[in-house]
Amino acid sequence: MKIFITILITGILTQNFVLARFLGICPFLGVSKKVGTAAGMSVAVIFVMVLATAATWPINAYLLVPRGLEYLQTVVFILVIAGLVQLLEVVLKRFLPPLYDALGIYLPLITTNCAVLGVVLLNIQNQLDYPQALATSLAGGLGFLVAMILFAGVRERLESAEIPKSLKGLPATLAAASLVSMSFLGFAGIAENIFN
Amino acid sequence: MAKTALSKEFSKGILRENPVLRLVLGTCPTLAVTSSAVNALGMGIAVLLVLICANVTVSALRKIIPDKLRIPAYIVVIASFTSVVQMLVKAFVPALDVALGVFLPLITVNCILLGRAEAFAGQNPVLASAADGAGMGVGFTAALLCMGTVREILGAGTFLSGAQSLLGVFGENTLGGFNGWTLLGEGNYLAPIAFFIMAPGGLLVFGLLIALSSKIGRDKAPPSSVCGNCPMAATCHPEEASA
Repeated sequence: MKIFITILITGILTQNFVLARFLGICPFLGVSKKVGTAAGMSVAVIFVMVLATAATWPINAYLLVPRGLEYLQTVVFILVIAGLVQLLEVVLKRFLPPLYDALGIYLPLITTNCAVLGVVLLNIQNQLDYPQALATSLAGGLGFLVAMILFAGVRERLESAEIPKSLKGLPATLAAASLVSMSFLGFAGIAENIFN
Repeated sequence: MAKTALSKEFSKGILRENPVLRLVLGTCPTLAVTSSAVNALGMGIAVLLVLICANVTVSALRKIIPDKLRIPAYIVVIASFTSVVQMLVKAFVPALDVALGVFLPLITVNCILLGRAEAFAGQNPVLASAADGAGMGVGFTAALLCMGTVREILGAGTFLSGAQSLLGVFGENTLGGFNGWTLLGEGNYLAPIAFFIMAPGGLLVFGLLIALSSKIGRDKAPPSSVCGNCPMAATCHPEEASA
């Protein structure tokens, strides 16, 4: 149990996927203009991240490793993720239309979100077992959600701020992201010391 | 005429359409691996190699790939070359493989690759696509090196520290065992500011570099969002794309 709490705290606060590890920066900067869209995108990412790990971990352990095909990991994983996203879209459309209406538009984009392929590869690289890998994906996704929603709030304030001409747009957004990321530095050390 | 056209395709990626500073593609590796100049340079060269190979392959197959299946086909081409480059780096520059970590296989989902395949190589002949790939790759490397230089000097007080891990390819003690300079810190009046090699420093330096490049570039306004040139933008902002 302890390890899962540590994984959650690490993923959300100290090693936040977006703000500390720089995975999934594009949607973080691109889809964070409104809190609503930011939340929708994040929920879709959590969904796909957990599902992708659930699918790729067994494929790696039972298909690739026994046959010495580890070098195919990148190609196989990206194909599995792309297929999975397509499948998820079809299943949601057919059986859960309300959920599809909420998340559907974000799904195709997630194939090339580096947070998804990143978490899958990191889980394999860190040699986590199946439950730990799933927990890491969930924590990574939740961390993405927290960062997105916090940042969307900051950006809504930024809209009304007066900014010098050359800093308008992306430079100001990045500076704001830097401040949000700095506030997350304050959590450093929490995960290691929480049970002491 | 052909020669000038090729050099135009090559040179546009370096300044006018720099993939990092002007098109704002591939932001994740730009932020993640630029805490030292050597890592930034290594990442840049790896992307350059994948970009040229993927552009040439996509361009050569552009009449065979069915239009509906082009995105998956591009991703497979890019993923294959990424794996090849990853194996080469593992074999010849193992220290760089450790330093870049997961960002080396993540070249697969770097928007620059898919973006160039979709925007250029899918419609243009092989030689022009190779020139475009080389130009974009050099532009990417140059931008990353800028980021890496600023962040390493300010944040760690060194420049090109760990250069032997790249130079090691040419044999031991290349350039007399050159392994970088120490500019700040021990014995110097100024101390480095660790903030710059940490995550928030990366975001700040990136923002300022974009502002600087649009100040000295022709168009004065910096890009407003990362989405304008992303190949997946239409799927992401359906309301804006249809408007």
